[in-house]
Amino acid sequence: MLDTTEASGMVMNKTAEEAGALAKAVSTAKAGHETKIAASKVSVFYGDKQALFDVSIDIPERQVMAFIGPSGCGKSTFLRCINRMNDTIDICSVKGTIEIDGANIYDPKIDPVLLRARVGMVFQKPNPFPKSIYDNIAYGPRIHGVAKAGSAMDEIVERSLQRAALWNEVKDRLDQPGTGLSGGQQQRLCIARAIAVDPDIILMDEPCSALDPIATAKVEELIDELRAQYTIVIVTHSMQQAARVSQKAAFFHLGKLIEVDETDKMFTNPSDQRTQDYITGRFG
Amino acid sequence: MSDTATQGTGRRAWYEPDAKLKRRHAADRRLRAYGVAAIVFALAMLMTLVGTIAITAVPAVTQTVVTLNVEVPEGAVDASDPRGGSYQKILNESVARIFPEVDTPREIRELRQLFSNGGQYALRDKVVADTSLIGRTFEITFPLSDIGDQLHKGVIDRDLPREQRRVSDEQIGWYDRLVEQGRISAPLNWGLIFNADSRFPELAGLWGALVGSFYALLICFLVSFPVGIAAAVYLEEFAPKNRFTDLIEVNINNLAAVPSIVFGLLGLAVFLNFFGMPRSAPIVGGLVLSLMTLPTIIIATRAALKAVPPSIREAAIGVGASRMQTVGHHVLPLAMPGILTGTIIGLAQALGETAPLLLIGMNAFITAAPDSMFNPSTALPTQIYIWADSPERGFTSRTSAAIIVLLAFLVCMNAIAIYMRKRFERRW
Repeated sequence: MLDTTEASGMVMNKTAEEAGALAKAVSTAKAGHETKIAASKVSVFYGDKQALFDVSIDIPERQVMAFIGPSGCGKSTFLRCINRMNDTIDICSVKGTIEIDGANIYDPKIDPVLLRARVGMVFQKPNPFPKSIYDNIAYGPRIHGVAKAGSAMDEIVERSLQRAALWNEVKDRLDQPGTGLSGGQQQRLCIARAIAVDPDIILMDEPCSALDPIATAKVEELIDELRAQYTIVIVTHSMQQAARVSQKAAFFHLGKLIEVDETDKMFTNPSDQRTQDYITGRFG
Repeated sequence: MSDTATQGTGRRAWYEPDAKLKRRHAADRRLRAYGVAAIVFALAMLMTLVGTIAITAVPAVTQTVVTLNVEVPEGAVDASDPRGGSYQKILNESVARIFPEVDTPREIRELRQLFSNGGQYALRDKVVADTSLIGRTFEITFPLSDIGDQLHKGVIDRDLPREQRRVSDEQIGWYDRLVEQGRISAPLNWGLIFNADSRFPELAGLWGALVGSFYALLICFLVSFPVGIAAAVYLEEFAPKNRFTDLIEVNINNLAAVPSIVFGLLGLAVFLNFFGMPRSAPIVGGLVLSLMTLPTIIIATRAALKAVPPSIREAAIGVGASRMQTVGHHVLPLAMPGILTGTIIGLAQALGETAPLLLIGMNAFITAAPDSMFNPSTALPTQIYIWADSPERGFTSRTSAAIIVLLAFLVCMNAIAIYMRKRFERRW
């Protein structure tokens, strides 16, 4: 149960700024991975209600960044800002800037359709299209005009499924509906679908919450492999998962970014008391 | 708590029901009995209704016909213009040959009343189709008139005194002679389906009404299906949620509840009086019906779109589909079974709708099936209305038969709707 009072909310405003500054410091300090996504003072409103308060964070390329925090803390909301998924919600408005490779994605001249081709997304519940496995993968490349039907498309489908470690399981039944696969396979199919349009970034919103431990292990293994090519941001409720798959972690609380750090450090020696409390299971 | 209660009484074990539980179960059983009773009642009413109509319709299943030997003299019909022949005269002469003793004008008139007015047209069509018949004697079969038909079917009671009977003693005598000679038979009444309307029940059929209803429904579908889907997709997927769209939504729901006769008045004022479209034409009927069907289709489509899980939309948007692509490629196909079901139910409603068609004149008396959707015509329900209003006895059974035809079409359409829903239903 969240027992945070309004009084502590005031303190948090201050710490959020500190955390933002801290995030910058950390990302520049750890060289080798350049910043892929740079968010600055991102606030999100649902109607009159503010869901996210001045979040500033730098996400490095070719690493896995985990967003953790209790339910309703705004981590999913922030994740959905990165591919402008929130645009589909009428009452939602976003302030601040998010830059991908130096371009602000909320710039009016950015087309969200192109953005989402570069920033793939995997959702909490596996949501394959009720079409064949082949068509699930081929849909993205087809609408973006990457490949027409035929051998070029076959190649994309095979490559995507192989990268998602699903090829061997489904290669003989590509024409069967994607909805007929098991939950874990469906989620890997969704990952393959996201990969098929050749994005730089993959956003994952609690991708394993609907899966059993074995399927979860497979997806985590896959995430670890994909890290070599893609920048991955994953929202998770599982501390163990965050510890297993991520190199960096960000802790959100009540719509504010509290702390960003190397995952190892955050889980052993967090700098904020609330992070400590959350990780050790005292709330959330 | 139950623990202490049991201990308090000290006698009853936990599994023994108390009075309260018995009352609860009794209430359950009572409720179930009410439900069953309601269904039985509804079924009984339905059976009574359909049964009555079906029994009344039975006489219309057959039509009494007479077969006469007709001689077409060379002079009576011109081979180069066979349509101009005086066929009624030829028929009258054939009848006179069978009943040579009938000679007073009154008797001759009564005798001719036994035969349908359609006989001359049957003869004409036969001769026109084959002019080599001129100058020869051949058999022709055509309907008896309404009174002959009623006599044959026993609807007219011969034992009634003459004053209360619609046929004279002589007419009964002549009819019996025709029966003795084997000239009377009663084949299946295909004319009921394939004839156009007529003043004479023995000739009246539903073809004009069927064609008229078909055209009207076609127009109704062509207008209301695309417009309804477009409106629903816009409202559901694209429109901002504000006061104005709320107002539109409320009004669409209200439109669905507007009495159909009001749509008829609207059609009369707008389509006929303002745009000057043809009166009684199926195109106007279709347009009026489409106004009525639109809200049904919009509401059904919106419900079907709402039923598509948001995860499918997210999936499509997530791989970079535009909103239109999301709707066109994923949402709409998944909603299609529901949309089609709603559409067919809307069309079935439109098929049975009478009031608006009355106001735009589709209850006119028209003796030919329309060639196009711009020609005057009736529709099935208005045809039933016209026939129900006609005094001839023969129309009683024909009205019921027409109702059966209408009901059959409605049942078929609903069956198609159910089939489509089962066939295209997708699971995810």
